[in-house]
Amino acid sequence: MILILAITIGCLFAGGFYLILRRSLVKLILGLILLSHGVNLLIFTMGDGVRRGAPPIVDKNGVAPINVADPVVQALILTAIVISFGLTAFILTLAYRANQVTGSDDLDSMQGEG
Amino acid sequence: MYDSIILRSVARLMLPILLMLAVFMLLRGHNLPGGGFIGGLVASCAIILQLVAFGPEAARRVLRVNYLGLAAFGVFFAALWGLPSLIGGQPYMTSLWIPEPIPGVGKIGTPVLFDLGVFFGVIGVTTQIALLLAEERRPRETHDAGTPAT
Amino acid sequence: MVNHLFLPLVVPLISAALSVMLGRWRLLTRTLTLGASLFNLGYSGWLLWLVSSAGRQVTQASAWAAPFGIALVADLLGAVMLFLAALLMFCTIIYSLLSMEPEYEQFFYYPLLLLLLLGVSGAFLTGDLFNLYVWFEVLLMSSFGLVTIGGSRAQLTGGLKYVALNLIGSTMFLIGSGLIYGLAGTLNMAHIGERLITQSEPGLTTVIATLFLFAFGSKAALAPLFFWLPESYHTPPPAVSAIFSALMTKVGVYALYRVFGTVLPGELVRLAPLILVLGGTTMVLGVFGALNQTEIRRVLSFTIISEIGFVAMGLGFASAAGLAAGLLFTAHMMIVKTALFFLAGAAEQVCGTGDMRRMGGLARREPALATLWFLAMIALAGIPPMSGFFGKLALLQAGVSQGHYLISGWAVLVSLFIFLAILKIWHEVFWKKPVEDLSQRPRLAPALLIPGALLVILSLVIGIGAGPVAELSTQAGTQILDLPGYIEATCGPAGCDAVTLRSH
Repeated sequence: MILILAITIGCLFAGGFYLILRRSLVKLILGLILLSHGVNLLIFTMGDGVRRGAPPIVDKNGVAPINVADPVVQALILTAIVISFGLTAFILTLAYRANQVTGSDDLDSMQGEG
Repeated sequence: MYDSIILRSVARLMLPILLMLAVFMLLRGHNLPGGGFIGGLVASCAIILQLVAFGPEAARRVLRVNYLGLAAFGVFFAALWGLPSLIGGQPYMTSLWIPEPIPGVGKIGTPVLFDLGVFFGVIGVTTQIALLLAEERRPRETHDAGTPAT
Repeated sequence: MVNHLFLPLVVPLISAALSVMLGRWRLLTRTLTLGASLFNLGYSGWLLWLVSSAGRQVTQASAWAAPFGIALVADLLGAVMLFLAALLMFCTIIYSLLSMEPEYEQFFYYPLLLLLLLGVSGAFLTGDLFNLYVWFEVLLMSSFGLVTIGGSRAQLTGGLKYVALNLIGSTMFLIGSGLIYGLAGTLNMAHIGERLITQSEPGLTTVIATLFLFAFGSKAALAPLFFWLPESYHTPPPAVSAIFSALMTKVGVYALYRVFGTVLPGELVRLAPLILVLGGTTMVLGVFGALNQTEIRRVLSFTIISEIGFVAMGLGFASAAGLAAGLLFTAHMMIVKTALFFLAGAAEQVCGTGDMRRMGGLARREPALATLWFLAMIALAGIPPMSGFFGKLALLQAGVSQGHYLISGWAVLVSLFIFLAILKIWHEVFWKKPVEDLSQRPRLAPALLIPGALLVILSLVIGIGAGPVAELSTQAGTQILDLPGYIEATCGPAGCDAVTLRSH
C-alpha cells in the first residue's frame, strides 16, 4: 500500500513540476493542481501506520484502538483541499481575465508594459 | 445551460431534496459525518444544478439574496458565536450547550450556530463563484475585475 | 494563560465581514476599517508592553489544552511584529483614505486590507505549524485580491507570476508540515521542538528544514526565489505597494526566524552556511537590480530584496545577537520602506508618472516631500541619527564578534551600493531640472505626506532612542532561541508530552 502511494505521489509531483515548467498558462495551473493533489496524498501517508503504527488516539485504558484512521491527517487534508479549491478558483479567474486582456496563453509573450 | 428535458426534470425534482439534505447534513454534523461545510456545499450544488439546467437567471431566483453578502454574513455570524463563552471567562470559541436536546433537532449549542455561519458562508462563496463564471459568458457590459470571488 | 489574544484576529474579521455586507454605505466601511486598525494598533501596543514586562502570553483557543488545540502564543518576536503590522496598516489606511480613487472601493479594497491584517496577525500569533500555513493562505488570498485590484494589463501578468510562485512556495510549506507531522506526530510548534530534541532523525529533519527554507525563502524573497516581487510590487496603487513592502516579505522573515530559531535550532546551525550564502547573494542581486531600474517603485522593490539579504544574514549568524540584530533591522526596514513607498506615491502623483527619466525638479517644487524623502533615504542608507544606522551596526557587530568577517565586509560593500541606488532616485526625481512642464499639474495635498512623515519621525525616534530599542531586540533575540521557555509557556512546566500522557 505504502509503495503504491509512494509511486503515485512521485508521479503526481513529477507531472506537476513538468507542467509548471511549461510556458502555457493553462498547463501551469494544471501543474499546480497536480502538485496540490500530490501533497494531499503525501500528508495522507504521514498519518497512522506509516511511521508510528497507530493514530494519536487511545481509549480509556490507554490502549491504542485498532482499525481506526488518524483523524488529524484527514482534517489537514480537508483544510488543504478547501484552500486549494479557493486558490484554484481564483487563479483560473485571473488566467481567464489575463487571457482576455492580453489575448495570449503564453507566459513569455504576456509581459506587462513595464 | 444545456437544453435537455431529462436534466431539467431531474433538476426541478432534485432542488427540494438537495436543500433538505443540506439542512440534514448541517444538523447531524457535530458527532457524525456532515456539518456546516458539507451542508453548504450540498446546498450550493442544488443551486448550481439549477444554473446548469435553466441558466443563471433561474439560479438567481432560488435564493433572492446577494451571495457575497450572504458569505460575509456567514463569516460574521460564525465569528460572533465564539464570543458568548467569554462571559463565563472561557477562551474564545469554547463550546456552550443547552442542557436538554430539542426534539427533532438535537442539542443546540454555540458550535451548531457556528456551523450555521459556515453553512451560509460556503453557500455564498461557492454560488457566487459559479454565478460569476456563468454570467461572464454574456457580452460584457460592465468591467468586472473578477476578484470578489475571494 | 490569558483570554484576549484572539482579539486582534476577531476584530478585523468581523469588521471585514460587516464592511462587505454593508458595502454600499462607504462612510461606514471606511469608519469600520479605520476603527478596526486603530483597535489593533492600541491592543498590540498594550500587548507588547505586557509581553516585555510579564513574559510570553498564551491563549488556548476553545479551551483545548495546547498540543491538542491551537494555542496562540505571543512572545517578543510575535508582539513586535504584530505591533509593527498594525501600525503600518493604520498608516496605509490613512494614506488610502487620502489618495485612493473611490472606484477601488467597489472591489472591496478596505475589507481586503482588513483580511490582510487578519492573516498577518494570525501568522504572528499562532503556535501551531499547520495553523501558520492557514494564516499564510489567508493573507495570500487577500494579497492576490489587492495585487490585481483594478485589473490593468501589467497588474494581471505581474499578479499571475506572484500567485503562481507563492502557490509553489505554499505547496513546499505544506509538504514540510506533512513530513514533520509524520516525524514528530504533532504540529504544535512547542511540541515539535520538544520531540525533535529526543527523537531526531538527522537526515529527514534536514530535508524538512530545507523545504521550509525554500517555502519561507520564497515568501521572503530570498535569492533565488525573488522574481515575483519586482514583477508585482510596482503595478498596484502606491498604497498597496506600501503595505506589501511592509508586510508580505516580513511574514516570510518572521516564519524563518520562528521555525529555525525556536522550533528547529539544530537545523539552523546545520544550514547556517547555506543561509549566509543565500543572504549574501540576495543582497547583491537585489542591489544590482535596483541600480538597473528606471521606475521609482521598481528601484524600491529591488532594495527590499537586498535588505532581505541582510535579515537572512542575521539569521545565518545562528546566535541570539544575530537574531536580535536581524529583528531590529527588520523593524527599521518595515518602517522606512513603507515611508519611502508613501513618498514615492506622492511624487508619482505630482509628476503623473513613475518613470524617473520623465520626473525631476521636485526638490524646489515640493520642499516638504523632498525633506522627508531625504531623511528616509539616509535612514535606508544607514546614516546616523536615523534607525538604519543602528540596525546595520548591530548586524555587523554580531557578525564580527562571531568571526564572520567575509559576509560582514560584503554587507558593508552592498550598503554603499544601496546608497547609490537610492541616491539615483534623489538625483533623478528631486535634484535634476524638471523634464516636463509641471506648472500645470495640481499641487500636492499636504495631508498626503502625514503618514510618511509619521513613519520618518518614528525612524528618527528609534535612531535617537536606540538604547531601549536595542535592549528590547536583544531580549527578543534571546527569547527566540529559548525553546524550553517556549515549551513551558505553551504547554506548562512539565512539557507537551506530559499533557498528552496526563489526558490518557
